[in-house]
Amino acid sequence: MGKLTREDVLKLARLAKLELTDGEVEKFRGEISEILAYVEQLQKVEVDDLEPTYQVTGLKNVTREDEVKDYKTTPKDLLKNVPAAQDNQIKVKRVLA
Amino acid sequence: MSQWGSVSSLVKDVQTRKRTAKELVQQSLKTIKENEDYKAIIATTEVRALKRADEIDRQIAQGEDAGRLAGVPFIAKDNFLAFGADTTAASNILKGFDTPYQATAIERLEAEGAICVAKANLDAFAHGSSTENSDFFATHNPHDKTRVPGGSSGGSAAAVVLDMAPFALGTDTGGSIRLPAAFCGAVGYKPTYGLVSRYGVIAMASSTDVIGPLTRSVEDAALVLDVMAGKDEFDSTTIERGKEGYTDLAGNLKGKKIGLIKEYFDGLDEDVKKVIDAATIKLKKAGAEVVEVSMPSLPLALAVYYIICPAEVSSNLSRYDGQRFGFSAKDVKDIDESYKKSRSQGFGSEAKRRIMIGAYVLSSGYYDAYYKRAQTVRTKLINEFKEAFSNVDFLLGPTAPSTAFKIGQNTDDPLKMYLTDIMTVAVNLVGVPAISVPAGEISGLPVGLQLIAPQKKDRELLEMADKTEELLK
Repeated sequence: MGKLTREDVLKLARLAKLELTDGEVEKFRGEISEILAYVEQLQKVEVDDLEPTYQVTGLKNVTREDEVKDYKTTPKDLLKNVPAAQDNQIKVKRVLA
Repeated sequence: MSQWGSVSSLVKDVQTRKRTAKELVQQSLKTIKENEDYKAIIATTEVRALKRADEIDRQIAQGEDAGRLAGVPFIAKDNFLAFGADTTAASNILKGFDTPYQATAIERLEAEGAICVAKANLDAFAHGSSTENSDFFATHNPHDKTRVPGGSSGGSAAAVVLDMAPFALGTDTGGSIRLPAAFCGAVGYKPTYGLVSRYGVIAMASSTDVIGPLTRSVEDAALVLDVMAGKDEFDSTTIERGKEGYTDLAGNLKGKKIGLIKEYFDGLDEDVKKVIDAATIKLKKAGAEVVEVSMPSLPLALAVYYIICPAEVSSNLSRYDGQRFGFSAKDVKDIDESYKKSRSQGFGSEAKRRIMIGAYVLSSGYYDAYYKRAQTVRTKLINEFKEAFSNVDFLLGPTAPSTAFKIGQNTDDPLKMYLTDIMTVAVNLVGVPAISVPAGEISGLPVGLQLIAPQKKDRELLEMADKTEELLK
């Protein structure tokens, strides 16, 4: 894989909801390309029929009862850091045009 | 020499009213103040800490049981939610975040009488190996102010070595407890994945994040782990604590089989090698059997990590969108602009870099080639560790390829910075416990020795490390 293009970096930024300055685009283009070139070594590894591992201690489907419990933390505690709240809900700009 | 002594002796002093919790907290706050120029601390929790100290002193005066850590001050890395100060993860996007509840680890320590006195500096969101990625300021190494303390728990490691508190908490996603412990000359313990609840700790890479202590001795680390370990209803990845607990370190080295990790010694810095070799000779003399072990896929671990970690980072950092909490950009015309402006102005360079790498390796067309492939090589690593542990009880190697480097030395080269973690990341990918203990010095700078055990053999590892520490004193 060759070096990322300017357009590649802008696409990644768009996916990640980031706005980059021209300087940042150039900087990240070089740095991310270098890191991707480093991880490229994995392409050559023999993995035969191995399965990927996502959970290392072997836990599976940890569930709990779906019931309401009382905890010390109140909705007020949880909403105190919200930039804009109203009636115990988070207020955002309109989503649908 | 430390002003604190062991944690258990401090607790005894407080319980027998030889010293008060208040004196200990004041002593801790004073030491923090005297060492401000190392920039290890983001904020103290002074008001709340003193109030809690009074409460513990009152309990003891009334003959109540104040707990196994009664009156012991500690410092938490600032990615733990702890009352008494804001929780920032050393990031601008969380600056001013008013702690709404506490991490399970903090709750458990407090339930046994420990007192959080301050929040320590870190690489923002724990992204880094030097604490230079803090959005606020870099921390200095206690042994040489021109050098880094390691990272990302650099503030916690420096704080312990500067005697600011008897112990500190850190998080270790790819080496972030062990590396700063090695660079600063502290003990750093990384438990088995899931042994300590991650609830209330700001997530970095959830499949490798663990919580552990930084201390002045293995015995202290074992006690702190013992208080924190075990299942938590708020973290579904937690595992049962070991039936024996973690504080029985009575066993000895005789007959223990230790595997030297060949791949960590190939091309190793000569001075670091000398220190580790000297330690190995002492272990042999003490009756341990030492053999060489090879795990051929080990050199791939860093590449695996730098796919999995950014993938999980990009997912975990998507919640910082300017709507729910944290920095929110003003004067925006619509929600999309609010997301973009809040994130672009709030995140530092390293967070942005990791988010974009994560977006890349998870995007359609690349997912199989990068993310799935990395998780498959991870299986290969797990198998090689299993194979190694079928022959030996513990694995041994250096914690880091060098001693602490100069501030600014690696900041313009992210890949070089990432290579600092080359000897620590595999442990996180495999989920096994590991510890870094001080093994010696090179030109006044500490070197860490890393011991690794199979999953859930945390007690055995601490026992082994305790004996090793005695030999190396």
